[in-house]
Amino acid sequence: MMDLFFPPGASAHAAGIDRMVDWVHVLMLILFIGWGAYFIYAVARFRQGKNPKANYKGAKGSASKYAEIGVAVAEVILLVGFSIPLWADRVDEFPAESDSVVVRVVAQQFAWNIWYPGADGVFGNADPSLVDEETNPIGLDRSDEAAKDDITTINQLHLPVDKPAIIHLTSKDVIHSFNLPNMRIKQDAVPGLSIPMWFVPTKTTAEMREELKSKPRYADTADEFVYEIACAQLCGNSHYSMRGFLTVHTPEEYQAWLDEEASYLGGGEEEDFWN
Amino acid sequence: MSDGHHEELGFWRKYVFSTDHKVIGIQYSVTGLAFLFFGFCLMMLMRWQLAYPNQPIPLIGGLFGDARAPGGIMLPDFYNELGAMHGTIMVFLGVVPLAVGGFGNLILPLQIGAADMAFPKLNMLSYWSLFLGGVTMFGSFFLEGGAAQSGWTSYAPLSNIAPSGQTAWLIGMIFLITSSLLGSVNFIVTTIQLRAQGLSFFRLPFFCWAQFVTAFLLLLAFPPLEAAGVLQLMDRLADTSFFMPDGLVISGEALDISGGGSPLLWQHLFWFLAHPEVYVLILPAMGIVAEVIANNTRKPLWGYRAMVYSVIFLGFMSFIVWAHHMFITGMGTAMATFFQTTTMIISIPSVIILTALLLSLWGGSIRFNTPMLFALAFLPMFGIGGLTGLPLGLAAPDIALHDTYYVIGHFHYVVAPGTIFALFAGVYYWYPKATGRKMSETLGKLHFWPSLIFMNGIFFPMLIQGLNGVSRRLADGGATYDFAGAVGPLNRMQSWSAWGLALAQIPFIINFFMSLRAGEKVGDNPWDATTLEWAAPSPPPHGNFTTEPVVYRGPYEYSVPGAENDFTPQTQEG
Ligand code: HEM
Ligand SMILES: [Cu+2]
Ligand SMILES: [Cu+2]
Repeated sequence: MMDLFFPPGASAHAAGIDRMVDWVHVLMLILFIGWGAYFIYAVARFRQGKNPKANYKGAKGSASKYAEIGVAVAEVILLVGFSIPLWADRVDEFPAESDSVVVRVVAQQFAWNIWYPGADGVFGNADPSLVDEETNPIGLDRSDEAAKDDITTINQLHLPVDKPAIIHLTSKDVIHSFNLPNMRIKQDAVPGLSIPMWFVPTKTTAEMREELKSKPRYADTADEFVYEIACAQLCGNSHYSMRGFLTVHTPEEYQAWLDEEASYLGGGEEEDFWN
Repeated sequence: MSDGHHEELGFWRKYVFSTDHKVIGIQYSVTGLAFLFFGFCLMMLMRWQLAYPNQPIPLIGGLFGDARAPGGIMLPDFYNELGAMHGTIMVFLGVVPLAVGGFGNLILPLQIGAADMAFPKLNMLSYWSLFLGGVTMFGSFFLEGGAAQSGWTSYAPLSNIAPSGQTAWLIGMIFLITSSLLGSVNFIVTTIQLRAQGLSFFRLPFFCWAQFVTAFLLLLAFPPLEAAGVLQLMDRLADTSFFMPDGLVISGEALDISGGGSPLLWQHLFWFLAHPEVYVLILPAMGIVAEVIANNTRKPLWGYRAMVYSVIFLGFMSFIVWAHHMFITGMGTAMATFFQTTTMIISIPSVIILTALLLSLWGGSIRFNTPMLFALAFLPMFGIGGLTGLPLGLAAPDIALHDTYYVIGHFHYVVAPGTIFALFAGVYYWYPKATGRKMSETLGKLHFWPSLIFMNGIFFPMLIQGLNGVSRRLADGGATYDFAGAVGPLNRMQSWSAWGLALAQIPFIINFFMSLRAGEKVGDNPWDATTLEWAAPSPPPHGNFTTEPVVYRGPYEYSVPGAENDFTPQTQEG
């Protein structure tokens, strides 16, 4: 029902969250319409002109009690049947790192630093004292063996489709919030903490563009569609424009992208600069 | 008034540094109304930027100077300043002073049959502490770098590294909190000690119960924030690191601080206050609505006792739901389960109160005067506010909705067409008591209907924007993002509604001032009401009652079978 309103979902768990939002809104609508109908009826029927003498006793019967119990039962179902399991799935059921793409995201005013471990699968050391906003925003220590093949980008997250992505999120300065509306992912980036989260993207950017062509609301702009990363926590004056991008690839495209990024590293200026 | 004792007081002691609860109540009310108006003006500027991002503000754009709006175009820092101060002012300097300080002071002692508050000097101190807080907050706009701009929530570390307006915000908050603490002690003692003879707790009007519970919330919830405010002040001024972790790099510079602090500690301390605070914003409103509904249905409230138990339970529960504002800070399943469960539990007493108020209409003989219109509109509006809290209180849907306009829509339904409407109901209802004159019904209706329409024109679209994922606190209303594009145009309609809402307040302002002189003169009990405040003269003299009231019955004895009138005052014997 409500997917009319949601940004088109593109992760494995999006449908579960959407269904839950749907059900809550169904409950809300039932209650509002029920209360509303009663309210209009009561106000019309018991207006002074029509009912000059009030009844001291007022409403009798126990309909309201049943309504209240009904609300409580519905809430228990939403809580136990939906919300708690969905939440546990998000924070307890992490896939194995070996089956996943593992990325670190370091937020800062006003950009997302995306950090891949490179071919060795190990993140190198970083140190705040090495930070240089121009050349090394996360303070990566390129003299560390493990850091030599690490790939960093600004605002460009790339992931393969249908493979779990685990993101370790932190911040250099203030609190930001990593929001991927299409993936139904939102997680605060808190300085001093590294917070993991995960999701499985299920539609490549290209597939999503195709799909949107059939939706009247998006058809016009479907060709330019990109998955956007938005900052959801006020983080300073350019909070409103702290925009990043996610590109979801086929596995082959993803590998090609990684290779290309890696090729910029070896013997490049960056190496010279840091050694 | 030929009260000898009274006339000894000079102008200053009588009208400015007064210890009379009515004068203080009026000071609070006027201060609250003035700040509501000011906060509303800040918001109207924001609404320009949201509807027409980066276009020069027409007419007045030149007034804000190059630091805020070069060429009349609002800078993001200015938007953030307006946002933080709108929130702060509306909550702490608008609604709380009017609902608690104003209505509480004016009405509570009268409704319990007291001559004054228990501690009149404390009462005066409480008002003047609020006044200093207001001056500090207002003055902070003139500081270098402007007023606070890190949101009304002032999350660290952003607030720690913000310009000096934030220091003023913290000092202002300390004054405001002190004011509330002094006030709350006074309300509690007054309610316990000064009730008229025969006025047992279960004969108290619901409004008094609401104020009583509110006072406990203020008393118990504010100290942690006051402590947190001092800690943040230390972080800013004395280089401590209560809220600053190790390894911060701000604009490329590693910060030279001791580190080791926790940004999340601030959030816990803040929300430990701020969740009870939302009940501080809503309970007095419910109290007012209950009074007005009982009076204008001409029958007792349905389920008065259930309402009282609910409001007490609500007060308790409000202390253990705070972290539902923090689901996405990295919470595990156990914590998330606890806080969403308590949040669902707290919704039940709210449902009971709302249901009781709705059922109170059944069998009534309903009069549609202006206070009643506002009170009736409160019910569905607060209903929307409460219902939209459900998906936010459940952790899983909150992933999609947290920090979006859905949140802004949700709580504004609670505080704007909810609380503000209730406060208007209260102003129209008790104005005759405070002044001896009624406000105009025609102007009242001219105020009510457009306000109702425009309120919904502003806030309903926010829910849709939120479902679309649009973040709140965006200085361009989301224009940066493609995914927000589809609901961007709604911003225009919302902004025009907001400016329309401003126009709709003109009849109120005219009515409020004109009626002081030209309003219809009324007797002590113009609404044929039952509660004690109507047994005092209008306006009540110093000391309130001409004879000490004695209470013989419950608060809402309307249309008692066999009674002579359709209202039997609490003071009527037999
Ligand atoms: C009646 C007219 C009102 C309108 C049109 C209005 C409108 C707004 C708008 C547009 C925002 C900014 C949202 C953003 O930038 O994301 C906002 C924020 C806020 N408003 Fe209001 N408001 C009104 C009344 C109130 C009242 C009565 C209160 C409190 C009692 C209040 C409390 C707040 C707070 C706390 C925020 C900050 C939310 C945040 O930090 O994200 N507002 N309001
Ligand atoms: Cu940010
Ligand atoms: Cu809360």
